[in-house]
Amino acid sequence: MKELFSNTRHAAFGLALGAMSFAVSGAQADVSFEGETVEWIIPFNEGGGSDRWARFYAPFLSEALPGKPTVAVINMPGAGSTRGANHFAQRVDPDGLTIFGSGGSTQLPYLLGDPRVEYEYSDWSVVLVSSTGGIVYSTPEISEAFAADPVATMAENIFLLGSQGATRLDLVPLLGFEMLGLDARPVFGISGRGEGRLMFERGEANIDWQTSSGYLSRVVPLVEQGLAAPLFSFGAVDADGDIVRDPTFPDIPTFVEILEKVTGEAPAGPEWEAWKAFFVAGFSAQKMVFLPDGTSDEIVAAYEAAFEEVVANADFIASSGKELGVYPQGTGETAEIQLKLGTTISEDTRGWVVNWLREKFNVDL
Amino acid sequence: MDLLNTALPALAEAAGIIATPSTFLYLCLGVVVGLCVGVLPGLGGIAGLSLVLPFVYGLDTASGLALMIGLVAVIPTSDTFASVLLGIPGSAASQATVLDGFPLSSQGHAARALSAAFMSSLFGGLFGAAVLSVFILVARPLVLSFGVPELLLLTILGFSMVSVLSGRSPLKGLIAVALGMIVASIGEAPAEGSQRMTFGNWYLQDGLTLVIVGLGIFAIPEILGLLREDKPISKSGGLGSGWFEGIRDWWQNKWLSIRCATIGVIVGVIPGLGGAVVDWIAYGHTVQTTKDRSRFGKGEIRGVIGPESANNAKEGGGLVPTLLFGVPGSGAMAVFLAGMVLLGIEAGPAMMRQELPLTYSIVWSLALANVVGAGLAIALSGGIARLTTIPFPLFAPFLLIVISFTAFQSGRTMWDLVALVCVGILGIMLKRFDWPRPAFLIGFVLASQAEVYTYQATQIATVRHTIGGWSSALAYLLSPVGICILIVIAGSLWLAMRNKPQGEDHTPPFGSRTAPLIFAVFVAAVLAFAMIDSMGLSSFIDQIFPISVSALGLLAAFVLIWQVWRNAESPSLHYDAEAAETLPPRSIWQGLFWIVGLVGMIASFGFAIGATLFVSLFLIFRANVLWYKAVSGGLIGAGLVVGLSELLGRDLPQSVIPMFQIGF
Repeated sequence: MKELFSNTRHAAFGLALGAMSFAVSGAQADVSFEGETVEWIIPFNEGGGSDRWARFYAPFLSEALPGKPTVAVINMPGAGSTRGANHFAQRVDPDGLTIFGSGGSTQLPYLLGDPRVEYEYSDWSVVLVSSTGGIVYSTPEISEAFAADPVATMAENIFLLGSQGATRLDLVPLLGFEMLGLDARPVFGISGRGEGRLMFERGEANIDWQTSSGYLSRVVPLVEQGLAAPLFSFGAVDADGDIVRDPTFPDIPTFVEILEKVTGEAPAGPEWEAWKAFFVAGFSAQKMVFLPDGTSDEIVAAYEAAFEEVVANADFIASSGKELGVYPQGTGETAEIQLKLGTTISEDTRGWVVNWLREKFNVDL
Repeated sequence: MDLLNTALPALAEAAGIIATPSTFLYLCLGVVVGLCVGVLPGLGGIAGLSLVLPFVYGLDTASGLALMIGLVAVIPTSDTFASVLLGIPGSAASQATVLDGFPLSSQGHAARALSAAFMSSLFGGLFGAAVLSVFILVARPLVLSFGVPELLLLTILGFSMVSVLSGRSPLKGLIAVALGMIVASIGEAPAEGSQRMTFGNWYLQDGLTLVIVGLGIFAIPEILGLLREDKPISKSGGLGSGWFEGIRDWWQNKWLSIRCATIGVIVGVIPGLGGAVVDWIAYGHTVQTTKDRSRFGKGEIRGVIGPESANNAKEGGGLVPTLLFGVPGSGAMAVFLAGMVLLGIEAGPAMMRQELPLTYSIVWSLALANVVGAGLAIALSGGIARLTTIPFPLFAPFLLIVISFTAFQSGRTMWDLVALVCVGILGIMLKRFDWPRPAFLIGFVLASQAEVYTYQATQIATVRHTIGGWSSALAYLLSPVGICILIVIAGSLWLAMRNKPQGEDHTPPFGSRTAPLIFAVFVAAVLAFAMIDSMGLSSFIDQIFPISVSALGLLAAFVLIWQVWRNAESPSLHYDAEAAETLPPRSIWQGLFWIVGLVGMIASFGFAIGATLFVSLFLIFRANVLWYKAVSGGLIGAGLVVGLSELLGRDLPQSVIPMFQIGF
């Protein structure tokens, strides 16, 4: 993804920089947040993934914004993260002093048409998109057999995994398992991916998945000890919207590769459309930063420039690998493309997913 | 031997890391911040860590860790102040401390109770650190041997403690547990996400938090009780005994302290059990192993020593799964993990292998922080205990605005305050009719674990049955570890039954059957409503738990109602605090009126203006203070809370009326 992106990105960058250098210098003269506090609303609790992400960015953003304002992370959890998003959509002044950090769990209810959602992504201006990936892993024996003959391995085993719920990010692996014909029995009620991994480590579950950072820090040691092995990654989205190998895990086959191997044809149909839309929303455009509806172009440009500066900052790059993985932190035009991919879904596809959730997991939306 | 060869040099190296002046200073800074934040009830490790997190980035690894550990380690020490002095559970881990700590304060033994608590905290903390240092090297297989069925059995062990905490009427205890579980079931169901008793309200979807329920069930009734009397918290108005006596108390009960610290470590080590039950298990154990049980709940010093030894030891134990598996045992540990990432370390098995000295610097920090924290707290306890000698009406308005601030932090919405008042009314009734409030709280705390683990164990066993038949499923459900826990449960129940409750020193107040009957019928109606509501859910899995719990509770409630109706006079059945011969001069409803007024003023004008107004009015009309003194009191009190929350980066309630929405 990084390689594929870099050309187009650089070209776009060059153009944008050329065009913007004028605008930016103008904007920076006008916009200053000196002595102000920028509130960064995170619709989740302290200590969660989105909170960590925002707190990691906050000091860098504070340095890069004109006037070096204080950047304070404000946690506003509730109603599956829709409360913070609704608050941002309805109650916030477009003065650049309040920004919003959207997470996968904020995007999924939006895509599923959850009645609690009273926000509209296209109203907002996106200034940063952070991506991640995900890896499905199992025991070394199953993984070895799966690599050799996935169809037979799936026929011989029942797969048990801990899950936070079918309408959460788990929707992506669960739908994927269904498409592969893998008999997965999710055990609901865990409260974080860490618990799912613990269930696997205890031998209660025989399959599990983690996002990239979770996999790198806590599953790779298990792989090294011969206690776990990867089955496939979810992949990454390139500039054309195609799914390619995850740049963090270039040696692990993607879900699409396995699916083609199992079904013998290129993926298509409503379930594929659904999988892809939710994969982008949940992983590729997992975390985004927004300015509210009605924000002036100058302020948006100031934020865009600030995030450009942050992701190019050597200190940021040096320390971000561990926390954010080696994924592009999309700004400017890239961010807008990602936003579109991650928040658009056709009525048919949505209907299909809602129906699938009802029939398979008894979830009424 | 091999173990020692790895551990000892690493321990020595770690001591070197901590002994550098700058690292030690950061540790002390963390301790001081932790003490300040922890003193405010309801604010704990999460708030404190969030406060220092922006500064952690950029510190060297050892200093950053020392700062964070110093802070986390003293929270269970400092939250004791609120529990003992004010009767407000300072945090989830010191709810049981209230039961005997607060009566001790009202008898004028605040300093003694505090110093005994801090000595126990100190010992528990050191014990936890010592265990952590050895255990972290060998804990992996042990932690992994606790699967879902074992966690379920441990949850049941927690429930078994209700048997000793039910007071006069086991039947009321049973119904209270069921009621607590039903209140906990409000919100999104854990398995398939059905909405239980949410009435379409988004606030209820997330369920009630422990902070709100703890404040409502314990703090509100106690405060209102005090407010009726116009006296200081300490009934005698003085401090009967000093801090030295508390230290002697601890020494006389050192074996109890060791046992409870062990309980604390074990509960902490096992991920998934949660810190909120540790103090109840320790308290239950303390009651079980005390010969004369009549003084519990009325100011028994052992009731302070037990839970306080356990809750500090839990922090050491809790670091085991956090560091070893990267699974946070609590919200505070989740923020701690985030802080570690900012310092460039990832918790997990790799850290244990490659950075053992760094890991051990955490152990040393933990031990040192406990010594410094408990030392400071003991030194302060004599002075702070004087709070209990201030006439309560002068003190109450400040306490009430702190409580509303605390309650608001749990969801950061006005609904928090509404929920607080509602739960508070329930708490008042439970207290009035002598329904065991600890039993209610245990039900509330353990409900979701009980439901989730039952559901998960059933699911996993079903799949095992499909693959390997009955033997496989049974072997999963009843592992050797599980059988051991079953034996402990049986032992715990036997201990509870062995000593029958002893005779009362005086006859408790009881009167006509009407009032107790009305409340019992009300509880039955709530349970029945929960049952009907659950029957309307579309998902069977989400129905089964609330239906079974409410059915059991209803059954017990019918028996109780029948008994109350049939029997003429019985202290356990017809207990009614309002039927006592000498009642305090004022009605309890007057105090409630003030609380509702406070919520109303905050909702109308926002916190800053509302709280100032409330304190001033309260002081003028209720405490008969001169108006200009009252207004300055209001300004100072509200100003302090507003300033503090700015400093801590916390939100304050906004007015619901747009024109009053100002910067605060």
